[in-house]
Amino acid sequence: MGRIALEKVNKVFGDVEVIPPLDLTIDDGEFVVFVGPSGCGKSTLLRMIAGLEDLTAGAIQIDGEDVTEVPPSKRGLAMVFQSYALYPHMSVRKNIAFPMRMAGVDEATQNAKIDAAAKSLNLTDYLDRKPGQLSGGQRQRVAIGRAIVREPAAFLFDEPLSNLDAALRVGMRLEIMELHKKLETTMIYVTHDQVEAMTMADKIVVLQAGVIEQVGSPLELYHAPRNKFVAGFIGSPKMNLIEGPEAAKHDATTIGIRPEHLTVSKTKGTWKGRVGVAEHLGSDTFIHVHDTGLMDMMTVRISGDIEARHGDTIYLTPSADQIHRFDAQGLRIA
Amino acid sequence: MAIVAETSKFSRFAWPVLAWGVALIFFFPIFWMVLTSFKTDADAVKPEFLFSFTPTLENYANMTQNYDYWRFATNSVITSVSATLLTLVVGVPCAYAMAFNPSRGTKDILMWMLSTKMLPAAAVLYPMIFLAKGLGIYDTHFLVIMVLCLINLPIVIWMLFTYFKDIPKDIIEAGKMDGLNTWGEVREILIPLAWGGIASTALLAFIFCWNEAYWTVRLTTIDAATLSKLIEGNRAPEGLFFGRLSAVSTAAVGPIVVLGWFCQKQLVQGLTFGAVK
Repeated sequence: MGRIALEKVNKVFGDVEVIPPLDLTIDDGEFVVFVGPSGCGKSTLLRMIAGLEDLTAGAIQIDGEDVTEVPPSKRGLAMVFQSYALYPHMSVRKNIAFPMRMAGVDEATQNAKIDAAAKSLNLTDYLDRKPGQLSGGQRQRVAIGRAIVREPAAFLFDEPLSNLDAALRVGMRLEIMELHKKLETTMIYVTHDQVEAMTMADKIVVLQAGVIEQVGSPLELYHAPRNKFVAGFIGSPKMNLIEGPEAAKHDATTIGIRPEHLTVSKTKGTWKGRVGVAEHLGSDTFIHVHDTGLMDMMTVRISGDIEARHGDTIYLTPSADQIHRFDAQGLRIA
Repeated sequence: MAIVAETSKFSRFAWPVLAWGVALIFFFPIFWMVLTSFKTDADAVKPEFLFSFTPTLENYANMTQNYDYWRFATNSVITSVSATLLTLVVGVPCAYAMAFNPSRGTKDILMWMLSTKMLPAAAVLYPMIFLAKGLGIYDTHFLVIMVLCLINLPIVIWMLFTYFKDIPKDIIEAGKMDGLNTWGEVREILIPLAWGGIASTALLAFIFCWNEAYWTVRLTTIDAATLSKLIEGNRAPEGLFFGRLSAVSTAAVGPIVVLGWFCQKQLVQGLTFGAVK
């Protein structure tokens, strides 16, 4: 079981309120991603759940039990750190055994669990090595192994893939998702990468300046962002946000249109602009369009490869039903 | 390419020559002292060449027979070892707390500790002597150990703090998550990871204790007198007996030189610590 409830959780560092009072419930077995720009308080929030950071006010419950004053190791949570945080002076085996040794698990059980974890994480051949002799991906797997053997109520991941190169990151992302499907344990995952958030999460929590901007499934956030911030943060490339007279035509202060919801023509369309840079990915083409008179630079995503030369005139047409409208406060107009 | 080759050839010869030159300059006084310790007092002040003398063990015999060298040496060992251990017992938790749970005042506390080293020792000499005598601890091992510990604590805490700072905080936090209490963190993570740093700090503290002269000479008479006191005691009113003095000095620095020699690797490792990440 791993149902985590935060009630009016608040964190103040000196004079700075990093996290204004916040409520959040994470259901058992959910894969929840905290996402937001650097310094939005997502790691602090995770560390508060872990018990590594004190709460200024509020309470945290795990499976109905108040753990606000309970030390980290007694909360039944396991954490995987960005830096892996392996014990450099211990072998892989000892690293994985460590939490069990601390909990007083007998040696036979320890070995059985280590072998099972090592097998599922492809670490069997590396058990006698020291962390320094492993690659980044292997180290991260050891860190996950050390978490698994504790059979925690929930796993906490603090930007676990940030130190890996792009190719490895995609692989490890899948491994973590597989692990979640297999264990069905609650996982809370912190990242600043919205692609990781979109691909992994059952539920995304978007944070900005310690405030929850929106909670929802990836597609809810994609299709119905609650405000301008979420609209701009979720989705890649970013949503085009247009203000001024063009927005007023739609009875809004700001309108948003995703790059994939624009069609392109060389002869006619709603908006006219000039091709800046075109990024050809093969499957898609991203065209950055200047001089539309609407915003600095609009981005269009065209499926397939399309010829677009620098300086060419281009016409863009938004799909009418895909326009997001926001009011003066930046909130979504239904 | 030719220029590069020549530069490296130059540096291949010039640097070793320079290094040896500097090393010999530093070593020469020690060599001279050791050599003089095997001369008679008369030979020692002869203006002739360094090596023109008949070697004798008279000074060493004199030292052990008339001056009770072993008592001074024992006192030095007792006070230096105890003071070093006490300094570490106080310093490790202190540096640990400041490295991993810093507060707003941590920097000020560190500065304050260091500032105590800036106080001229002479300024507190008389208060110390009166205090020691008043408390009845003048010329005791206890007093010497306490004083040595106190004068070395700032530097020991600073050194340990620097080493501990090199240990990623995440590793300590992972330990917390895995079930370690504070003492467990120190035992399972801090000491194994900072071992090189702790050892070199201990070694340095021991060397400082052993060589300390200002306080040990002034706060002891017989019972707790260390080797520094023995050397000082050889300053006779009739003048300096260089042969005798050299023998005493050689016997005083000997142990520490040997210790330093054997711990070279540990010292260098400790001072270049930081490869745990």
